[in-house]
Amino acid sequence: MSLALDLFSIAAISAGVFFFLAGTVGLLRFPDALSRLHALTKADNLGLGLIVLGLLPRAESLLAALMLVAIWALVQLAGATAAQLIGRAVRRKGPAI
Amino acid sequence: MSSATLAGLVGAALVGLGLYGVIADPQPLRKILAFNLIGSGVFLVFGIVARKGAAAGLSADPVPQAMVITGIVVAFAASALAVALTLRLFEETGRATLRPDAGTKPPDDGADAE
Amino acid sequence: MSVLQALDVGLAFLVFAVAAWTVFAPGPFAATVGYVVYGLLLSLVWIRLFAVDVALTEAAIGSGVTGVLLIGAAARLRGAETTPAEEALTGLTRLFAAGLCLLVAAALAAVVLLLPDQGPTLAPQSMERLPETGLGNPVTAVLIAFRSFDTMLEKVVLVLGVVGVWSLAADRYWGGAPGEARAERPEPTLAFFAQVLAPIGILVGVHVFWVGADEPGGAFQGGAILAAMWMIVMMARLTEAPQASAFWLRLALIAGPAVFLAAGVAGAVVAGGFFAYPPGLAKPLILFIETFMTFTIAVTLPMLVAGPPRREPRR
Repeated sequence: MSLALDLFSIAAISAGVFFFLAGTVGLLRFPDALSRLHALTKADNLGLGLIVLGLLPRAESLLAALMLVAIWALVQLAGATAAQLIGRAVRRKGPAI
Repeated sequence: MSSATLAGLVGAALVGLGLYGVIADPQPLRKILAFNLIGSGVFLVFGIVARKGAAAGLSADPVPQAMVITGIVVAFAASALAVALTLRLFEETGRATLRPDAGTKPPDDGADAE
Repeated sequence: MSVLQALDVGLAFLVFAVAAWTVFAPGPFAATVGYVVYGLLLSLVWIRLFAVDVALTEAAIGSGVTGVLLIGAAARLRGAETTPAEEALTGLTRLFAAGLCLLVAAALAAVVLLLPDQGPTLAPQSMERLPETGLGNPVTAVLIAFRSFDTMLEKVVLVLGVVGVWSLAADRYWGGAPGEARAERPEPTLAFFAQVLAPIGILVGVHVFWVGADEPGGAFQGGAILAAMWMIVMMARLTEAPQASAFWLRLALIAGPAVFLAAGVAGAVVAGGFFAYPPGLAKPLILFIETFMTFTIAVTLPMLVAGPPRREPRR
């Protein structure tokens, strides 16, 4: 049982790291601000979500697990807001930024 | 090399880097940034002192840690004052430069005249 | 080399590279963003040094609140970015400065390498006296009990910082409010974010303060989170900064150091020593002092970020 959980953790965290990597490559390589934002928010939220999912079986208590999920939810909220604000600034001032 | 020594070496490098920024960069805001780099480098050197003082079941000496926490807060207060001074200089003169002979523009509409 | 060591080396290079970026970046705004990233990476280094309390403080104040302050300043200084060429150092002076800085860094590195493996330490004394304070976190015990005088004076520095910043206001704005006025129709995205986040953040801030007695956390970290919540509500322009002349604000600014000092003086009378806590009452007294300190930090940091008053006082 613990082996299965370990394998699950490794698989989920590896997948999460892959999404982080993809998001970072997108941030560095995409041509304009909006597509960079797209790469960052989508990939990062999914990446962090998978890492949290992988860490859940390793949490010491139910409270610790809930805290991990809360962190993920708060990052979602902050990421979505920041992306919205940057996107609006780009639309207002043109894509030159 | 232990991770503590490595962190101490990074601290030493940060002090050098920050010092160069303070000396070489003419913009006040960049000087404040560089000054903060020096500060955090010194804190890291303090951190390795704490780590080397691990004893009595603790992985680091709590006294230097507490002093670093105090230091971070004081560094913030100093940065805030420095930023306020820079912004006021910019409002007064229209420039943000530390050169003593830099020209001053007349105050806006005399509104700010003391 | 183990995986952890490889990660340490990678982290060290990353911290150094981002620090170099903040010094050599093309524009002040890019440099400032680099500094925020640098602060977050630095808190990872602090975790590797087993100093979780410091890591929390660095992330919250060193990176977060300082970041807001500097990014705001960089945005307002946008017109002043161009630097006349004559202000930059010439080639030879620059080289000389670089050499000197290298020398300082090398000397410090030598000191770091020459440190004995087991240095002098106050950890045994701290642990020995820890039960008397009733606390479980030795760092909090050092801050509020063993070296309480330092911590009290540091709060005084924060208050002096606010006085210094306010003193830079133009005469006609003296006593007025800093920052932006409250908006009739605030930016909807930011307003939504502030409304959702603020209640959660206040809960997290109080939690971090409360667990600080026994686990990593405490007045500084919790206060900084509370301060961030007030700042974000002001940034969303759902509310505006109070007038500098407001009586409650001035009371809030000095509440922390004043209660701390009063407890210290009371200790001289009751417990036989300046800043001595009477045995048995130490923990409630420490929590009482910490509550006021958290409150003062939560009020002071946003006032330092908001800057000097920029609007005429309402009478």
